[in-house]
Amino acid sequence: MESRLARVLIKGGSGFVLVFLYLPIAIVVIYAFNNSVGQKWPIESFTVKYFKQAWDNSLVRESLGTSLTVALFATAVALLLGSAAAFAVHRFRFFGRNAISFLLVLPIALPGIITGIALNSTINNFKIPFSVWTIVIGHATFCIVVVYNNVLARLRRTPTSLVEASMDLGADGWQTFRYVTFPAIRTAVVAGALLAFALSFDEIVVTNLTSGNENTIPKFIYNNMRQPRNRPIVNVVAVVVVLVMLVPIYLAQRLAGGGEGLAPARAGGEVEGMENTVTAAAVTQAGQY
Amino acid sequence: MAVAAESGRASPFERASAFLFRHARLKLALILGWPLTWFVFIYLGALAVLLFSAFWRLDAFTGLVVKNLSTSNLQRLLDDPVYRTIALRTVGIATAVTLTDIVLAFPLAYYVARLAKPRMRNVLLMAVVIPLWANYLVRIFAWKLILSQGGFLGWLFGLVGVDLHIANTNIAVWITFVYLWLPFTFLPIYGALERVPSSYLEASSDLGGRGWMTFRRVVLPIIAPGVVAGSIFSFSLTLGDYITPTLVGNTRFIGNVIYDSQGIAGDIPFAAAFALVPIAIMTMYLVIAWRLKAFEAL
Repeated sequence: MESRLARVLIKGGSGFVLVFLYLPIAIVVIYAFNNSVGQKWPIESFTVKYFKQAWDNSLVRESLGTSLTVALFATAVALLLGSAAAFAVHRFRFFGRNAISFLLVLPIALPGIITGIALNSTINNFKIPFSVWTIVIGHATFCIVVVYNNVLARLRRTPTSLVEASMDLGADGWQTFRYVTFPAIRTAVVAGALLAFALSFDEIVVTNLTSGNENTIPKFIYNNMRQPRNRPIVNVVAVVVVLVMLVPIYLAQRLAGGGEGLAPARAGGEVEGMENTVTAAAVTQAGQY
Repeated sequence: MAVAAESGRASPFERASAFLFRHARLKLALILGWPLTWFVFIYLGALAVLLFSAFWRLDAFTGLVVKNLSTSNLQRLLDDPVYRTIALRTVGIATAVTLTDIVLAFPLAYYVARLAKPRMRNVLLMAVVIPLWANYLVRIFAWKLILSQGGFLGWLFGLVGVDLHIANTNIAVWITFVYLWLPFTFLPIYGALERVPSSYLEASSDLGGRGWMTFRRVVLPIIAPGVVAGSIFSFSLTLGDYITPTLVGNTRFIGNVIYDSQGIAGDIPFAAAFALVPIAIMTMYLVIAWRLKAFEAL
């Protein structure tokens, strides 16, 4: 269909975009081994000493601890509330059912700064002290939709005949949940939780506005990036974060399997033609900024 | 439990289960109550506070928030030309970023949707999405390194004899935004291209339509909603971002004014009032997108 010229242009353009997407990441990784504090290219000598310095840095450790705590609690809340909402929407017909999806998507449909400033003005208005818990509340609010999307998508793919068969065979509601429904959605729940964890661990826009003096890893990177002296350590932390982040993403992708995870789009409709959870969740992720 | 059931006496647990089965509304309330309470109290509550704060004002003398409804913040926004400049600058960069992203995303989307073999297609789709999961700040940091004085890009241009100085400029902000949001623009365009029926293209070529003609008269009208859908992301995300301009630029954007009013100045009412600006712009944008049927392409 396409002329030869068109094909050449399309392939050339595609190649350029792929280089454009990956070159910056490659450069950050290379710079992590840069011996000099100045960031001149080409790099003159290499070292791994900043990895040790970053590991020994007390602020990095403190930030890591806060980040992990926040991500764990935010994920736990998202897991409970997101799954509950997915069940309610899947199993029941009620007034305002369609509005639920819309409501849950709202924190990521609006720019992150809106969610952040809204929470910030509320925290200030009611004179709530900033703490790890204010960060958790912010993160959980936008993580809920990730779990919700994953669980709801799986519930929709699971035939209701299985539940009916279980009830016909005399199982009560709890047994049906325990032996039929839960095994069917288990991997989707875990995938949703992993994505929520990754989302929380990465978040900076809302965190900046809900954390007060608490430090998280993204906050550490944000605050120290502007200080040239600290850049080598920031760089090492950055590379480690990227590598560590790939683990939950990879696992989530494996667990959810292909054809899963049609995240309701920002407008509340279904995302079509998305191949997998991570793709769909990535669209969902848009809202965190 | 099974034993208890056989002996004819239901355990409290079973009775509760049966009770809930008969009272589905109660069950619904028990399940939905938790997430709904969270969202209504924490999220909608916060948005309501934001909306009200926009009409409160900060007493310059005491530094306290005065909770009387007034439009003084909005008045200040409209009267002070600085804020108009900042709003226009933000919308200008958002437009430039959106257009650049569409131009960049298109060839790859076309390749993945129509030329690549299925196996390759999945690999490329993942390849586009994975950078999104490399921390957002890390991606900005990467561009800070690349664009800095004596950095990679300057070196690259130096090889062909061009002296490049774009560190801490709006060009740097533009490039970084283009990079950050490219995958978000890519996905809806890819989705739209994938749904163009091959038979339409064959029909067009049977009827004598050459490549460009087919593209303009057949492909473009079909994928237009997808392109608009893709533009929502890059536009909205640029509008609300305060991190990127802070880190790679040197001018203020809407997000910076909101963030700084809240932080440095402690003037939350003004921050809230300025937050209404991107909300208003995005609402208009979404209404137009909705009219163009872009949501069906999401």
